[in-house]
Amino acid sequence: MLEISQAMVDAVVAHARRDHPDECCGVIAGRDGVPTRLFEMENAERSPTGFVFDSAQWLRVYRDIDDADEEPLVVYHSHTATEAYPSRTDIRWSATAGFPHWLLVSTRSEELELRSYTILDGVVTEEEVLVT
Amino acid sequence: MAVEVRIPTILRTYTGGEKLAQGSGDTLTALLDDLDSRHSGLRGRLVTDEGNLHRFVNVYVNDEDVRFLGGLQTKLADGDNVTVLPAVAGG
Repeated sequence: MLEISQAMVDAVVAHARRDHPDECCGVIAGRDGVPTRLFEMENAERSPTGFVFDSAQWLRVYRDIDDADEEPLVVYHSHTATEAYPSRTDIRWSATAGFPHWLLVSTRSEELELRSYTILDGVVTEEEVLVT
Repeated sequence: MAVEVRIPTILRTYTGGEKLAQGSGDTLTALLDDLDSRHSGLRGRLVTDEGNLHRFVNVYVNDEDVRFLGGLQTKLADGDNVTVLPAVAGG
């Protein structure tokens, strides 16, 4: 289960809508599994079909998180033409990226589509998103 | 040539849970060989069988991504700091 504040959900969705038709991406830091801070990341690919964290920005953000004794808890990104479900590419990268939660938003329609997953050894499991 | 290496959470299984590792070497590839002698298996997570840097990791020397420096041949000097991070991407 991913427990997340309404403000963070709103921030993720706003980021996704703003970057559409390109994919957006970002990180939510946490402590003891509870989200603490959200970092919008620059999609270095600026692509409607993929994302890559800008490497210089990711170094700054990771250090900030690590120095605060927080952890990279959630990676979020948008799909702009397909459902909010991990793609084959997402599954491949999940093995090494080290995030407990993959939060996906779809901007293919006006309707809100936000879903969260754990991806372990290539196995995708949807989890409940509890908005607090 | 002493170099401090910052290890990300996902690779700390190789360093006994430690955030920092100490190593030596006058290039990045020499440093990774040195680290691997004490943290066996770490090099294989960073370097492919063909001897290139894995696309799944970012390595920085003094905060510069080595892909924009000399890759694994990047020169190191005493007191440099190296940071390893998982690259993050998806589709």
